Amino acid sequence: MSDEYNQNNTPLETQSSETMSGSSGSTTDIDYVRPAELPEQDLYHSHSWITKWVFCQDAKVIGVQYFLTAVFTGIVGLVLSWLMRLQLGFPELVPFITAEHYYQFVTMHGMIMVVYFLTALFLGGFGNYLIPLMVGARDMVFPYVNMVSFWMFFVAVCVLMASFFVPGGPTGAGWTLYPPQAILPGSPGAGMGIILMLTSLSLFVIGFTMGGLNYLVTILQARTRGMTLMRMPLTIWGIFTATALAMLAFPALLVSCIMMTLDKVLETSFFMPAIIQAGEVLDYGGGSPVLFQHLFWFFGHPEVYIVALPAFGIVSDLISVHARKNIFGYRMMVWAIVGIGGLSFFVWAHHMYVSGMNPWFGFFFATTTLIIAVPTALKVYNWIVTLFRANIRMNTVMLFCLGFIVTFVNGGITGIFLGNVAVDIPLSDTYFVIAHFHMVMGIAPLMVIMGAVYHWFPLVAGRMLSEKLGKWHFWITFLGAYSIYFPMHYLGFIGVPRRYFEMYDSPYMASAIGMNEFITVAALIVGAAQFIFIYNIITSLRVGKPAGKNPWKANSLEWLTSEVPPVHGNFGEKLPVVHRWPYDFNVPGSKEDFITQTTPPSEVIDAEVEKT
Amino acid sequence: MSDNNLNNLPGGFKGMAQDMGSDQTAFKGVQWGKFMMWIFLLSDTFVFSCFLISYMKGRSSTVVDWPNTSEVFSLHVGGVPVPLLLIAIMTFVLITSSGTMALAVKYGYEKNKKMCAWLVLATAIGGLTFVGMQVFEWSKLIHEGVRPWENPFGAKQFGSFFFMITGFHGVHVSIGVIFLFIFARKTFRGDFDTGKRGFFTSQKSDYVAIEILGLYWHFVDLVWVFIFAFFYLW
Repeated sequence: MSDEYNQNNTPLETQSSETMSGSSGSTTDIDYVRPAELPEQDLYHSHSWITKWVFCQDAKVIGVQYFLTAVFTGIVGLVLSWLMRLQLGFPELVPFITAEHYYQFVTMHGMIMVVYFLTALFLGGFGNYLIPLMVGARDMVFPYVNMVSFWMFFVAVCVLMASFFVPGGPTGAGWTLYPPQAILPGSPGAGMGIILMLTSLSLFVIGFTMGGLNYLVTILQARTRGMTLMRMPLTIWGIFTATALAMLAFPALLVSCIMMTLDKVLETSFFMPAIIQAGEVLDYGGGSPVLFQHLFWFFGHPEVYIVALPAFGIVSDLISVHARKNIFGYRMMVWAIVGIGGLSFFVWAHHMYVSGMNPWFGFFFATTTLIIAVPTALKVYNWIVTLFRANIRMNTVMLFCLGFIVTFVNGGITGIFLGNVAVDIPLSDTYFVIAHFHMVMGIAPLMVIMGAVYHWFPLVAGRMLSEKLGKWHFWITFLGAYSIYFPMHYLGFIGVPRRYFEMYDSPYMASAIGMNEFITVAALIVGAAQFIFIYNIITSLRVGKPAGKNPWKANSLEWLTSEVPPVHGNFGEKLPVVHRWPYDFNVPGSKEDFITQTTPPSEVIDAEVEKT
Repeated sequence: MSDNNLNNLPGGFKGMAQDMGSDQTAFKGVQWGKFMMWIFLLSDTFVFSCFLISYMKGRSSTVVDWPNTSEVFSLHVGGVPVPLLLIAIMTFVLITSSGTMALAVKYGYEKNKKMCAWLVLATAIGGLTFVGMQVFEWSKLIHEGVRPWENPFGAKQFGSFFFMITGFHGVHVSIGVIFLFIFARKTFRGDFDTGKRGFFTSQKSDYVAIEILGLYWHFVDLVWVFIFAFFYLW
């Protein structure tokens, strides 16, 4: 705590403009910011290579570690999806893909992409890197636990990958792991495979909890002077709400994993009804498989928003910066994020319309599900209104943002179809569902991740990514993803069931053969296009154009560090002091087209800024 | 930092709104570690809620009768079965240890090193006694033939849920006991007075750590009250 503020014995008061202009006596100075409340953070300074780059306590390095590990699992998931598509488009072309292997690919692809790739990338990767920088902290509040969080995640990934190499292979129960079939001999990988999967998930939850505690506490209790909650970038709001959801949803996953592990290892019957297997009565009896579904989806539905909310937040910031315009309806955006987060805990059973629930239950969950469309639609309108008559820079980042909006609207509309019980029942377990969730929580968040990487790479690496390769990457990915998932809606309507290893010669499937081949070719191309992206990253690290400070002319604190890329401690001698929100672009009366968050009001006295 | 006048904050809803609208911290004067423990406990509440709700579901939908808990959990004293005797003692010990913990926090903030250390040690011993009695109870039930996968007295889910939930709670207590012993040693050594840096975390020790550990300990006690009510009294 620096001594210079000690004389300033003013009472606490809110930092918002409403009270600033009020009667309190200490606001005559328009640049006034409340004195520091918190002592200077007691940082751990590493002295060896190992503590600096491996067991590192700096959130930025941890963020990059999370990012790289998540991308590695993502590539595994991508290769698995290629293998699945090869089988679906050209059955029996690859003799190595048997029905058992196909189910294992389905399961591992789903689990890897949802949990180990998207969740870890958004919260572990972007969360760690951006939270301290964007709220103006030197690091997370508890760096040691943050480090352990990453290594726990790393062990979880190792355990998951180990399941490819155990006898019987990884589990093939589908990513939802529904009992009883998940742990009975009929399913591939019902021995070691499922045990390793459940262990890995439990480790992931424990590791994530450690990180999540850090994210929440850093955002709520360690912001810099002048950084009110309503001046935080929407990225932080998205990550914050998603982490809060994760802290409350992952417990259900942990509990269901523990119970199913016991069902498998100790032959308890939490989820196992009386079962006759090949004429033999098993020792199980009296358990409830539907209980697992409730626990799983109590985790599983918030999980969708754990992935989506950071994407919403990040894309809002990207659009605002690259359209040079303030985000339309900032407060509405914040409340929409929080509202979606709250509602997401009351919709889980819309995944279970065909599980044999009481119909009134389905009615209730259909209602809550459709209510969630309201805040989501508000966000889409706000993005579009932000773009309206804006000074749009058509660079790669903006292309990915536009791609996100289009895909998200598309996936959201099919969600309204599926949210209604009567429409869902015929569409359940068809390719329509696959198309829906890949659009809305696969491609849409991925578009944001790509955009975010193009946006923040100059900060992390100090060099720009190649725009030319970036545009190729975008167009192949965007058009290719549409070629994959748009036809799948049609496949769903004609009744092609999901998770089937092969459609064989069923007569009504004849029209689907050509389409399946087309989708497979598109999937191979889109997957290959991601290697353009990786190539772009690797070469740009060495030969990319030096970025310099604040290449996008953004306002938020991460671009205002003393050095670029930011070093240990983030902000040099003094922490920044914040005077405004991060969206003051093209303000009438200001000289430049952007006013950074640290610019005091006296420097832009004629600018008609928003009061924040 | 002390000049920030944290004692004169406005109260009530208006004060809360003002704190939320302010910069730096949303919860004024709350040390980050304490706040972190509260969030962890909220998350842990969800874990135990999921366990207990699963238990309720399992118990209410089982096809075989649930065993009579006052018989299963009774101790024979001089040939007379006394229902819930052991559990009553266990509960008493655990709640008492919460009391000593609360006193330890009080003496910690008064920087009364000696009293604080002894009370933390007393809490640790109380917790250890609880775990010991739980081991006794488990071995008694196992001796009578109750297993996670079978139960001679009725529905087999009884054994499954009992061992899983009391086991999960017991792990919490055991972790708490380990930390209590470590903290007792740290207090005796005077780490919290000298601000010695932690071995792993390399953060300065502070008496607030006693309160954080206390929060965890009270939570574990509170969870036990629910387990007690749902398992033994239902």
